[in-house]
Amino acid sequence: MRTRWLKIVLAMGYLFLYFPLICIVIYSFNESRFVAVWSGFSLKWYKALFSDPIMLRATVTSLKIACISATVSVIFGTIAAIVITRLPIFRGKSFFIGAVTAPLVMPEVVMGLSLLMLFVGMEKYFGWPNGRGTTTVIIAHITLTLSYVTMVVQARLQDLDRFIEEAALDLGASPLKVFFVITLPMISPSIVVGWLLSFALSLDDVVIASFVAGPGSTTLPMIVFSSLRFGISPEVNALATILMTVLSIGVIISAAFIYKKQNRRDHA
Amino acid sequence: MYRIEERIISWFLDLVKKVTGKHFLVFVPSIWMIIFFICPCLILIKISFSESLIASPPYTSIVDMVSDYTLQIRLNLGNYLVLFTDEMYIRGFITSFLIAVASTVCCLIIGFPMAYAIARSSKKYRSILLMLVLLPFWTSFLIRVYAWIMLLSPSGFINTLLMKLNLIDVPLQLMNNSYAACIGIIYTYLPFMIFPLYGAIEKIDYSLLEAAYDLGSTPLRAFFSIVVPLAVPGVYAGSVLVFVPAIGEFVIPELLGGAQTLTIGRLVWNEFFGNMSWPTAAALSIILLICVVFPIVLAKKREEINLLAKE
Repeated sequence: MRTRWLKIVLAMGYLFLYFPLICIVIYSFNESRFVAVWSGFSLKWYKALFSDPIMLRATVTSLKIACISATVSVIFGTIAAIVITRLPIFRGKSFFIGAVTAPLVMPEVVMGLSLLMLFVGMEKYFGWPNGRGTTTVIIAHITLTLSYVTMVVQARLQDLDRFIEEAALDLGASPLKVFFVITLPMISPSIVVGWLLSFALSLDDVVIASFVAGPGSTTLPMIVFSSLRFGISPEVNALATILMTVLSIGVIISAAFIYKKQNRRDHA
Repeated sequence: MYRIEERIISWFLDLVKKVTGKHFLVFVPSIWMIIFFICPCLILIKISFSESLIASPPYTSIVDMVSDYTLQIRLNLGNYLVLFTDEMYIRGFITSFLIAVASTVCCLIIGFPMAYAIARSSKKYRSILLMLVLLPFWTSFLIRVYAWIMLLSPSGFINTLLMKLNLIDVPLQLMNNSYAACIGIIYTYLPFMIFPLYGAIEKIDYSLLEAAYDLGSTPLRAFFSIVVPLAVPGVYAGSVLVFVPAIGEFVIPELLGGAQTLTIGRLVWNEFFGNMSWPTAAALSIILLICVVFPIVLAKKREEINLLAKE
């Protein structure tokens, strides 16, 4: 009796979560422009998508920005996580933790606006950045995603058995060697997760990019956002389906990778 | 001018060296966050006290050397005063607050049974069920909002279905109101509610529930007097995680809320891109930041009090 109720709750919950997304996938194959009419299966919106030069250029820009900012923020975020978990208390440590994690709760509009004001001020006094463009978006995205990476990696570092690292240090390995030979392989799943998370966040961001992007660095979400302001657009259906497929495959593969790694460790 | 800045920079580097000592590791992320996070916030505060100007950049400077011996600091409080006197801004604050509260409560109502059901399901399925909650979170945020445009718009899925069934003649106005904005926020931030709730509920010892049944309690009463009180930490964490992004949200009210659902996030955007009024946008942002920090501080205080009580 009770388990049946729980099953109904779960079914309704997942229906709420997945029904809208399934609709998008189905209607991306609809030949008609309108939701009201189903005029047959067609790939024409995918064709339209791939022959749209603005969309394609924006996709390339977005992927470039997402790759660079995710990579840099994984490096910075891992360092920040090590500082938080491994260094003894130093003056300003709580300030450091606050500064690194605050962007998590910062509203996007505020972050975009304040970064833009910084860039304008810097340009006036130092002559850099010379106009806004891809670089400023990358900087903004690193600042945004760094805190997420720090959180993810820090959680893993806290769970790690510190004795292994200490044993290696006692046996005469240099701290750098300990990091690369012992710590890094052990936290690699969380680094992968951090990279994927940063990549997804960067690929997703429209507000901050709108503030700090310049002409010529229009990102994909900015284009999608401006076309959504005019209502339903079947091209976006096709794009959404592709993005969803790619991202879910990525997430599932990395989840399987992490699961396997954990299993191996548990059995070893 | 440059001399002063150089001196400030070298003083600053000395300070960093003193603070961090030999730990050069602290350097990279700290410098980055100071330049690209702390500085922008300070600039935001500075600009919020300046006056609007038709120039580039479009604001007056608040520190001026008026003559050789006088340094004048002009703080313009007008930007803040306007926010508390103009009806449009006051309504904006109220709308944002109501939407954020309503979405948080709805997330709680939907999320609690789901988190409970996941926590009570067999161990084998739990991680898969949790991953299924998280999977939509990985798909693009814009796409999730777009999905609701497709469902709710006048020529969208729900209206089409209702018209085909002859239940209505004219499309219902489901979109472009604050309810639609709420639905979008609930849909987007539901995983943020479910995860902390699951974390809290999973820890509950179910023998307590069985004891309650044995003593003759009804399932509903056992649920409300055992599970709910023990899940309170999760409720607080989840509520903060939903409320904080909801109050500063821009994209969802913009796309689903229509013209009249003016939230703080949208006001900031409009002030900046529409009116080109940087100082007003900055002042609004500062107020928004205060609105965001307040519930977090509150939750922290509660946690501390709880810890003290436990000890």
